[in-house]
Amino acid sequence: MIKLEPRGQHSKLMAWLSPVLAGVLTLISGAILFSLLGQDPLEALHTILILPVSDVYGVAELCVKAAPIMLCAIGLSVVFKAKVWNIGAEGQLLMGGLIGSACALALIDAEGVWVLPVVLLAGMAGGAAWAGLAAWLKTAFNANEILTTIMLNYIALNLLIWSVHGPLKDPDGFNFPESAMFSDSALLPTLIDGTRIHWGMVFALFAVVVIWVLMSRTFLGFQVKVLGLDASAARLAGFREKRLVWIALLISGGLAGLAGIGETAGPLGQLVPQISPGYGYAAIIVAFLGRLHPLGILLATLLMALIYMGGEMAQITLGLPVALTGLFQGMLLFYLLACDVLINFRIRIPALAKPEAAVATIKEEAAR
Amino acid sequence: MDIDLLSNILYAMVRTGTPLLLVALGELVCEKSGVLNLGQEGMLLMGAVVGFIAALMSGSLLLGFLLAIAAGMIMSLLFGFIALGLNANQVATGLALTIFGTGLSAFIGAGFVGKPIDGLEPIALPLLSDIPLLGKMLFSQDLVVYLSFFLFAAVYWFFRSSRPGLVVKAVGENPHAANAIGLPVMRTRYLAVMFGGAMAGLAGGYLSIAYTPLWAENMSAGRGWIALALVVFASWKVERVLLGAWLFGLASILHLVFQGLGFSISPNLLATLPYAATVVVLVLLSRNQIRARLLAPMSLGKPFHATS
Repeated sequence: MIKLEPRGQHSKLMAWLSPVLAGVLTLISGAILFSLLGQDPLEALHTILILPVSDVYGVAELCVKAAPIMLCAIGLSVVFKAKVWNIGAEGQLLMGGLIGSACALALIDAEGVWVLPVVLLAGMAGGAAWAGLAAWLKTAFNANEILTTIMLNYIALNLLIWSVHGPLKDPDGFNFPESAMFSDSALLPTLIDGTRIHWGMVFALFAVVVIWVLMSRTFLGFQVKVLGLDASAARLAGFREKRLVWIALLISGGLAGLAGIGETAGPLGQLVPQISPGYGYAAIIVAFLGRLHPLGILLATLLMALIYMGGEMAQITLGLPVALTGLFQGMLLFYLLACDVLINFRIRIPALAKPEAAVATIKEEAAR
Repeated sequence: MDIDLLSNILYAMVRTGTPLLLVALGELVCEKSGVLNLGQEGMLLMGAVVGFIAALMSGSLLLGFLLAIAAGMIMSLLFGFIALGLNANQVATGLALTIFGTGLSAFIGAGFVGKPIDGLEPIALPLLSDIPLLGKMLFSQDLVVYLSFFLFAAVYWFFRSSRPGLVVKAVGENPHAANAIGLPVMRTRYLAVMFGGAMAGLAGGYLSIAYTPLWAENMSAGRGWIALALVVFASWKVERVLLGAWLFGLASILHLVFQGLGFSISPNLLATLPYAATVVVLVLLSRNQIRARLLAPMSLGKPFHATS
């Protein structure tokens, strides 16, 4: 039998090795899955993981997908450090897209450089407000944030669907559930001509740097970390717990909101019911996979964006369901959790550890 | 409001509340043993997709339900292996189970979206179903609804007057003390988790074989999460789970009620009601922090690693 033995202290090495190990295990499982489906496993993996990013257009598309995931995940790293389990990045993203788009549609006849910043700020405010609701429910009523943020996700989705069927529907849109196209002043410019890569990626990288500085170089970041490590110590030190919960959630919600308006004012150009194929949920996996560290999140985001592209590629070239993406995401998180056990425990096989058993094994082998 | 409309509303309330009741009963047993499994949504969806495909391919609804239960149990064992066997964080593992179950069910079911099957038919019990108002609600339902009544009574009895029920509670309140007097902590927790998986699988099968009956990606629409909130709402008391499940069933069908009464409100806005109701209920029940902590099983969500 295999036994788990406590290490006595966290293994820093395993903490960083575990995500790599999880990625490798996911790849192996993927290869097995493909061969079960009658595909050549190596070729299939090549198709979904290498082919999508083998030209400039592909790399640009990778960035288009990475931007919203990175914004959500870097925001989640702040709340998760405070041990506040915000599962609501998806809803905050949708509300950011909804409120920001409402603003863009209200300003549809306006022109000038001020329009876009106003629209982006409205999106951030929408996401922050949605997270603020969860912060209020948690700090004023002690309501479990996991359940409230999940519920707020479903409410946000229904509000989005309602608004594209009702108040924000394009009056000249042949009754399709989508808004009018935004005016040019409200659209995020693309970075490279001929691709869809837009300013969202710049915002995301900027956010990663800002959050890095905030968490490692400021007193606020320190307070957030202490709160997460030991809430009673934070209280004893006189940190205002509720204020920290509020700030962490507002940052996380604001960044998710920016991700949402970045989608509607970016590649979409209008409000539609499908703003996000689960970016907010994927960001949870990314935050864990990246160990809540900015650099780790940057790398994990690229992997997650690649998995999204791989799912689409699998549908186009291999005829597999696009849900392959979700399957790979789930496997990745499961393997990560299983590998994380090695951070605090080492594996011992007692049968091998006992000298007489080891001697017996050697003798047996010698006899052969 | 005439009596026919009211009796139809009550009927739909119980029918809609049934999957919530099943999942919440399973999760209640699981939480009583000290394990918080946030993977209900994933298990529900796996039960729904496996049950639907099995029923469609074999033509046997019974086989569909059995395989739905099996799918839920296999998913719960996956959770058990990582959260109990490997001592991983239960919150993260439960989330992983939901994300994995959502992805896997969509992947398996991609070719079956929108295919029709003949779902489970209601069976009206003679005489009893003629009782005014309550007859239709309680005695004109399908077999799984009747089974949910039975399972409710069984879980109620289990915790009220059976020895294994006491063992589950002891393990959930203080696993170290339970371990010290020789109770099998790990085995009890595994069994409780598997019971939760079986119930979620059955509820999933109910959605895709009886309630809808068809398969659509993500068809559980957050019911697994609402059921988790229901256990908090019920303050971990079995009888309140039944009440809560039916009340939430009512909240989910309010759009029908409003239509019946002649109001016209956007169905998308009304669809937010069960989720909003869940938030309100959580607020009302969590307000008193000390009370909320006293009601929950003491070791809920904490990993147990026997030191001996």
